[in-house]
Amino acid sequence: MAAAAAGPGPGSGPGDSPEGPEAEAPERRRKAHGMLKIYYGLSEGETAGRPPGSDPLDPTDLNGAHFDPEVYLDKLRRECPLAQLMDSETDMVRQIRALDSDMQTLVYENYNKFISATDTIRKMKNDFRKMEDEMDRLATNMAVITDFSARISATLQDRHERITKLAGVHALLRKLQFLFELPSRLTKCVELGAYGQAVRYQGRARAVLQQYQHLPSFRAIQDDCQVITARLAQQLRQRFRCGPGTLTHPAGVPGLPVAVRLPHPPHPEFCQPALHRHLPPRREGGSGAPEQAECVELLLALGEPAEELCDEFLAHARGRLEAELRSLEAELGPSPPAPDVLEFTDHGGSGFVGGLCQVASAYQELFAAQGPAGAEKLAAFARELGGRYFALVERRLAQEQGSGDNSLLVRALDRFHRRLRAPGALLAAAGLAEAATEIVERVARERLGHHLQGLRAAFLGCLTDVRQALAAPRLAGKEGPGLAELLANVASSILSHIKASLAAVHLFTAKEVSFSNKPYFRGEFCSQGVREGLIVGFIRSMCQTAQSFCDSPGEKGGATPPALLLLLSRLCLDYETATISYVLTLTDEQFLVQDQSPVTPVSTLCAEARETARRLLTHYVKVQGLVISQMLRKSVETRDWLSTLEPRNVRAVMKRVVEDTTAIDVQVGLLYEEGVRKAQSSDSSKRTFSVYSSSRQQGRYAPSYTPSAPMDTNLLSNIQKLFSERIDVFSPVEFNKVSVLTGIIKISLKTLLECVRLRTFGRFGLQQVQVDCHFLQLYLWRFVADEELVHLLLDEVVASAALRCPDPVPMEPSVVEVICERG
Amino acid sequence: MEDDAPVIYGLEFQARALTPQTAETDAIRFLVGTQSLKYDNQIHIIDFDDENNIINKNVLLHQVGEIWHISTSPADRGVLATCYNKPSDSKVLTCAAVWRMPKELEPGSHESPDDSSSTAHTLELLCHLDNTAHGSMACVTWEPTGDGKKVISLADNHILLWDLQESSSQAVLASSASLEGKGQLKFTSGRWSPHHTGTQVATANDTTIRGWDTRSMSQIYCIENAHGQLVRDLDFNPNRQYYLASCGDDCKVKFWDTRNVTEPVKTLEEHSHWVWNVRYNHSHDQLVLTGSSDSRVILSNMVSISSEPFGHLVDDDDLSDQEERRPEEKSQEPPQDSVIATYEEHEDSVYAVDWSSADPWLFASLSYDGRLVINRVPRALKYHILL
Repeated sequence: MAAAAAGPGPGSGPGDSPEGPEAEAPERRRKAHGMLKIYYGLSEGETAGRPPGSDPLDPTDLNGAHFDPEVYLDKLRRECPLAQLMDSETDMVRQIRALDSDMQTLVYENYNKFISATDTIRKMKNDFRKMEDEMDRLATNMAVITDFSARISATLQDRHERITKLAGVHALLRKLQFLFELPSRLTKCVELGAYGQAVRYQGRARAVLQQYQHLPSFRAIQDDCQVITARLAQQLRQRFRCGPGTLTHPAGVPGLPVAVRLPHPPHPEFCQPALHRHLPPRREGGSGAPEQAECVELLLALGEPAEELCDEFLAHARGRLEAELRSLEAELGPSPPAPDVLEFTDHGGSGFVGGLCQVASAYQELFAAQGPAGAEKLAAFARELGGRYFALVERRLAQEQGSGDNSLLVRALDRFHRRLRAPGALLAAAGLAEAATEIVERVARERLGHHLQGLRAAFLGCLTDVRQALAAPRLAGKEGPGLAELLANVASSILSHIKASLAAVHLFTAKEVSFSNKPYFRGEFCSQGVREGLIVGFIRSMCQTAQSFCDSPGEKGGATPPALLLLLSRLCLDYETATISYVLTLTDEQFLVQDQSPVTPVSTLCAEARETARRLLTHYVKVQGLVISQMLRKSVETRDWLSTLEPRNVRAVMKRVVEDTTAIDVQVGLLYEEGVRKAQSSDSSKRTFSVYSSSRQQGRYAPSYTPSAPMDTNLLSNIQKLFSERIDVFSPVEFNKVSVLTGIIKISLKTLLECVRLRTFGRFGLQQVQVDCHFLQLYLWRFVADEELVHLLLDEVVASAALRCPDPVPMEPSVVEVICERG
Repeated sequence: MEDDAPVIYGLEFQARALTPQTAETDAIRFLVGTQSLKYDNQIHIIDFDDENNIINKNVLLHQVGEIWHISTSPADRGVLATCYNKPSDSKVLTCAAVWRMPKELEPGSHESPDDSSSTAHTLELLCHLDNTAHGSMACVTWEPTGDGKKVISLADNHILLWDLQESSSQAVLASSASLEGKGQLKFTSGRWSPHHTGTQVATANDTTIRGWDTRSMSQIYCIENAHGQLVRDLDFNPNRQYYLASCGDDCKVKFWDTRNVTEPVKTLEEHSHWVWNVRYNHSHDQLVLTGSSDSRVILSNMVSISSEPFGHLVDDDDLSDQEERRPEEKSQEPPQDSVIATYEEHEDSVYAVDWSSADPWLFASLSYDGRLVINRVPRALKYHILL
């Protein structure tokens, strides 16, 4: 219990610090401080050290301010057993003893300290007295010094004033001397051509002369000076206007600093090398621009109106630059053989752009003081001339559009663009760099368009070649170039064209080309331009061109050779399966497309190509079907079926149909795979034939001979139809030979059916149809996917013919067979 | 919805010829001519009872031969014309004749005879359209708005205008024209325009469509290569006088403005085989019906070239209901030409389709196997057009 250390009894006094023997613990010390504070009535700390929860007013708290011994004892007595009472009593006695001894120690210590403090104070009193005396003495001495000093300066005052005055007079005189010498010096300078020096003198003296012009002598000097200056200005202007070619420097070597050759060393104040700093070093054999700049600078220093000088300067620069432009234009002109575009841009770059650069930098240095108005003037100047330059460049580039050489063009554009970066940086306001970039972009776009045209033309060229190859008369026995070969030729030639175009266009994005890092060339050019515009555009246009063959008005078949349709269809299909994705991958690899703008996905393009292929093939089927249909139709329509003779053989047209179908089969087989047939076909020709000619024949139209049952025909044919699928005649074809052939045969046979229904047959007419149909059946089944289809259609033809016959007596199947085999 | 189901009627014979009874505007009545080489041919008069969805038929014997084409007088309900094949041993010649049906079969005497008596009726021959000098008749068409006295028939390469006199009992050849050219020119089909006070006729031969002036019998216009292959049929727009529809073996239906015949106004390619028949609806010319040998009948909505391209302007004051308003808003978009429906009830080639003359929402189609199907325009579309 730390409470013992804080005996708060009224007698404890200020010395009762809590530094008891157990005071090391900071907590305890704090508690002690708290109690001291309580003792001295510092209420804010009253509760600080208390354990929380203990009531400050608790009279049983030994450390509390309101400790009541009686209550405490009562409490102890009441609550504690005897042993504890005894313990607390001993404890209490021990604490009281410790407190007594503590108190004693403290009293002793404090007493000693107090004595030593008294001694120190006494000693300090003595020291201060001594110091006071010395300070008094110092003050007196200082007063004496001040007195002396004042007297000395009073004596020297007079002389000092005189000296100052004399110095002033001397300076004035030297200036005057300079002024008086000024006219002669100026004249000398002008004679020597040291215009710079002269101008500096003049500039220096001008203010003074202006100020003292009311004095006659100064007036005279000023007049002289003005005359000379005027002459000087005139000479300068003349030199400025005439340019360097006409006016030779009077002092020979123009490059030397003029001041060296002056008779007198110039006044130090005028010897400012600052002006020389600006004179740019002259280029050997170069234009007179620096000299001009010097003139302008001097004229400016002479106080000529800056604006006028600006204009004049620009006018002069314009003259020179226009000369450059004229020479460029002359190169463009029709008469002399135009130099190649690289040379042209080089000329433009070194001549015009270089000149413009010089003018701009000189102008900016000279007329920097003109502020935004001057800059604006220059910008307008640059804009105008730049515009004309660009127009020339564009004209030249336009001449280049036709040519195929991209590398030269790209190099020329690169030079052009690179050259314009300098003035572009110098004259941001004129927008030259942007305009140049724009031109480059435009040219790039045009190139893309050109290449697209080229690709299209190449494609059309290929088509023409194919047409010619197809139309070329075949040598006997030799098939000429096969369709597959033609297809391969076309495909490879187009692919190589595409690759060539890609390579050519790729030059635009080469790393070493200065404009390749422009955002346009990094993004839009790659994605929109090359990928979308060129490649996708070409593939689309290819599809369109191919599709246009389907819509050609000459539907009678003459316009497009069917073989071409077939070939194009296969080409499109090949594109769908492989080429498109290959080409697009190639493009994406070569032009790392960073642009996020949406691009046509491969699948869309493939779908388009597939659709085109499908349409072409369908159209092929239609055209070929039409050819055969026409043959069949003519043969049915033009024959007199009523009075025909008994059939002896198969009609020639049917043989022709079979021949043509075989030819088509061969043709399609060159390009398309076989395709899937229904399984039954393999060797079934005999079998199906017998089924066809005997059982089915009877099933179909035998009942119709019996006059009693007119319904049966319809009933039977209807029932039969119920079980067979509807034949979609012009149904979409698949990409294989069997499907194509099936389509063609379907169309032909349906035509035959419709034509037969429009005629009336005699007995032999019907028999002839029977023979023809059997013949067709014999030879056509092998071409189709489902031979049942051929049977069905041919059955229908024979049945219809029987219906259209007033006297239907069918031929014996065996006879039919014999005739067909013979034919 | 049950009402929308097609009604099917079967004939015993093959049939190609179908026509509505043009002069009849109350009852729904179609005439079908059969083709049989071995039996007596018939003309079936099909009455359709719209309310009960029942078909009544009467059969007339047409003993002279198989019927290739049939048409009815626009003025007299009892008069009709047929083109028929005369059976003969060596030669097939198609003739044409005008007939009158027995009085008791004319509407009005509606005591519908029972089936047993239906075979007894025979047609009364009024006159022959004599074609011995001109060749086979392809079709006969009546002056649409006239008094039933003028008839045009197409015979091989001749176009003949007949005047029917003395109550149609005598046919006088009023004027004629013929087509000259290389090869065997043959008319396949012809229509009499309802406009221009009945002075224009359009004909088709091979791939060419020609317009004729009946007054001078001279050619007005000519659409060369109108179709890639044979032109099978024509029809005039009943409301737009210069519009003409044609169909043919290239599976296409084309719409022409006869003032500018270089390009078709519109082309439909919905059928997968030859299109044999095209018919404008008599009152709502956006409805176009086509029949084809792919066994399908297609009803198309050619809004963009109809006489009422944007539908009726509806005053929807009384349409306060939101649900009714919504389809209204949709119809504000420009309407699209579209196929309304494809009818696949036929099993064989459909050679004839036609609208009823009495009910503009009803049409019949006839396939070679003798199946006649009566269909209606879908109800939703009907209300859309009407409202």
